[in-house]
Amino acid sequence: MNDIYQFVSGPLAWVAFILFIGGSLYRVIAMIAEVKKKEPFIFTYMSLKYSLRSILHWITPFATYNWRRKPVLTVVTFAFHICLFVSPIFLLAHVTLWDESWNIRWWTLPDGSADIMTLIVMASCVFFLVRRLTQREVQFVTFVSDYIILGIVAAPFITGFLAYHQWFGYPILMILHVLAGEVMLVAIPFTRLSHMLFSPFTRAYMGSEFGVIRKSKDY
Amino acid sequence: MAEPATKNPVEEQKVVDEGIDVGISRLTEDKIEKVINQVLKGETGARLKTYVSTCIHCGLCSEACHYYMSNDKDPKWSPVGKIKQTIWEMIRKKGRVSPEFIRRAVEIAHTECNQCRRCMQFCPFGIDIAYLIGMVRRICHKLGVTPRYIQDTVHSHSVTMNQMWVKGDEWPDTLQWQEEEARGEFPKLRIPLEKEGADIMYSVIAPEPKFQAQLIYQAAAIMEVAGVNWTMPADKGWDNSDMAMFTGDNEIMGRIKRTHFETASRLRVKRIVMGECGHAFRSVYDTGNRWLGWSQPPIPIVHAIDFYYELLKGNRIPIKEKFKEPVTLHDPCNVVRGGGLGEKLRYVAHALCETVIEMYPNREYNYCCCAGGGVINCGPPYKLKRVKGNRVKAEQLMDARTRGAKVIIAPCHNCHSGLKDIKDYYDLHMDIKFFGDIIYKIMEKPE
Ligand code: HEM
Ligand code: SF4
Ligand code: SF4
Ligand code: SF4
Repeated sequence: MNDIYQFVSGPLAWVAFILFIGGSLYRVIAMIAEVKKKEPFIFTYMSLKYSLRSILHWITPFATYNWRRKPVLTVVTFAFHICLFVSPIFLLAHVTLWDESWNIRWWTLPDGSADIMTLIVMASCVFFLVRRLTQREVQFVTFVSDYIILGIVAAPFITGFLAYHQWFGYPILMILHVLAGEVMLVAIPFTRLSHMLFSPFTRAYMGSEFGVIRKSKDY
Repeated sequence: MAEPATKNPVEEQKVVDEGIDVGISRLTEDKIEKVINQVLKGETGARLKTYVSTCIHCGLCSEACHYYMSNDKDPKWSPVGKIKQTIWEMIRKKGRVSPEFIRRAVEIAHTECNQCRRCMQFCPFGIDIAYLIGMVRRICHKLGVTPRYIQDTVHSHSVTMNQMWVKGDEWPDTLQWQEEEARGEFPKLRIPLEKEGADIMYSVIAPEPKFQAQLIYQAAAIMEVAGVNWTMPADKGWDNSDMAMFTGDNEIMGRIKRTHFETASRLRVKRIVMGECGHAFRSVYDTGNRWLGWSQPPIPIVHAIDFYYELLKGNRIPIKEKFKEPVTLHDPCNVVRGGGLGEKLRYVAHALCETVIEMYPNREYNYCCCAGGGVINCGPPYKLKRVKGNRVKAEQLMDARTRGAKVIIAPCHNCHSGLKDIKDYYDLHMDIKFFGDIIYKIMEKPE
């Protein structure tokens, strides 16, 4: 058991981070290179001011027309995305690992808060799942891959939560947790989770088009 | 809010459209595969790929679309639903789809989306559904499958450089005829043809000389009263409309727009002022010029709303008495969402009318009229689908009417025709006017 844990948290973690960072860089650079090659006119319209206007509106809860129209979803999706980023990065156990291996450390969350954040992520995943199953407009554009993606995101949180509370099978859960986290990282550049990488660019372009040419709002 | 009445709820019949039926009969899967891949590989790039791989399938764009809202939120009408039924499938099957698939794709792309771009304001990632649907139209165009009525207008563009088969001499004849008519009322009025170095070239869409010559009369009257130094071309290049943009026939779109701009530059005018038309504005200001490689129009383009704003603000049109009947405003997508003219539109409306009653939502969030994007130009076979596809607009209008509005101002030709069909179908009993109609009516005229 310990050997397996060493393996997943050692070499495999390296592989996961390399794929995540390398893959992300590759996707973004490949996209920009292709724009340069085939649609260079896009650069002509890019405007820092309108890119930021668009991005800032969309990452602020209730700052856009559609966020205001969908208050429940807005609260859930913001809570989800914030907890999704904050809890793994600032979890004491994670920071300790970084500290042990690299001798770097940063601010950490109290365990209680991290626990609540994990619960929020899991509950949000349930919300997204129910939405997919019940809302016709979501169901219509749902593929098996959408459930898998949701599962990939939920898994590290579920396993982490169970492992932390040590209700059963701690060693195996720990292994599963590390694995799930690695799968999620690798999935980001290569699945629709790449919206994390691309959304700033699509928003910036649309913001610029609306600001520079159409002189109206894209939010 | 009262529900607008619906007349004879006939079942949707199978549409007969030669442009599609004959085109489909000539297709094979091999040919389809070849064309789709040619367009996807040769004519699209990172933009399409990124849109497709970024969409998280969340459905948040759905409620932007009047078709979706009007068809009881049936997801096959949602923006992303339409993408799923077309481009996703083409990509997934690597282009190998059946002729029947293309039949449905052409129907969706041409008659179930107005390219109004409202969904782009709703998508958290700003995914450009209108562009994706436009690519479907492009593919269908290259496959030779386009609804017949709109294809006919593109043929006309190609042959005559105008949309309505207006022949060489019919154009100057119509102008002369309107000039003569107008001189009864304004003895010194001219419609100056080919006046080099004028401040403004005034351009219209071809349906004006063809069916609505009084609009040219009115425009000439306004120019006369405001003392504008203007001109119109005597030959090709006077038509600013562009149906090729909507069929994906980019090559013809380029030819028409080049002719238009070259005519203006031949006349050495300072600006092009265009009549009250939305799609033409999109073509001249946003799409066609860029296809030709001009990042901005090579000669400044001024939409009629903007022009009237300028004239009214400068007190250049003396008003006898404001328009009495309460009006409501339809914001045409192409000039408001697509051109930022919402506030100027309101300035003009308030300057001309005593009572202005807003519709909700309005300005850049307004629902499309469901005629634009070439949909109304696909002709009678699709009329029922079009009016039923915009029940939300009827509800908006009904709401404005219950608050007193009697007249709808729609400063766009397509909107005008589309709203007329909607008001007839839903028994709304409201009048529809252009700003030009109202200005002409209330301005001071010589005794
Ligand atoms: C800056 C980064 C990100 C932005 C701006 C962003 C934005 C969004 C938006 C706008 C949605 C659609 C609204 C909704 O359904 O809630 C969404 C959904 C989602 N995002 Fe993100 N996201 C980001 C990063 C991530 C990351 C890193 C992950 C996971 C690894 C992730 C996982 C998800 C999931 C699972 C959904 C829900 C999909 C569903 O409805 O099934 N996001 N995101
Ligand atoms: S009609 Fe307008 S809102 Fe509907 S899909 Fe087309 S562009 Fe989007
Ligand atoms: S709102 Fe955007 S991301 Fe969501 S389904 Fe529609 S197009 Fe896709
Ligand atoms: S016809 Fe009018 S409302 Fe409709 S798309 Fe064009 S501008 Fe929009």
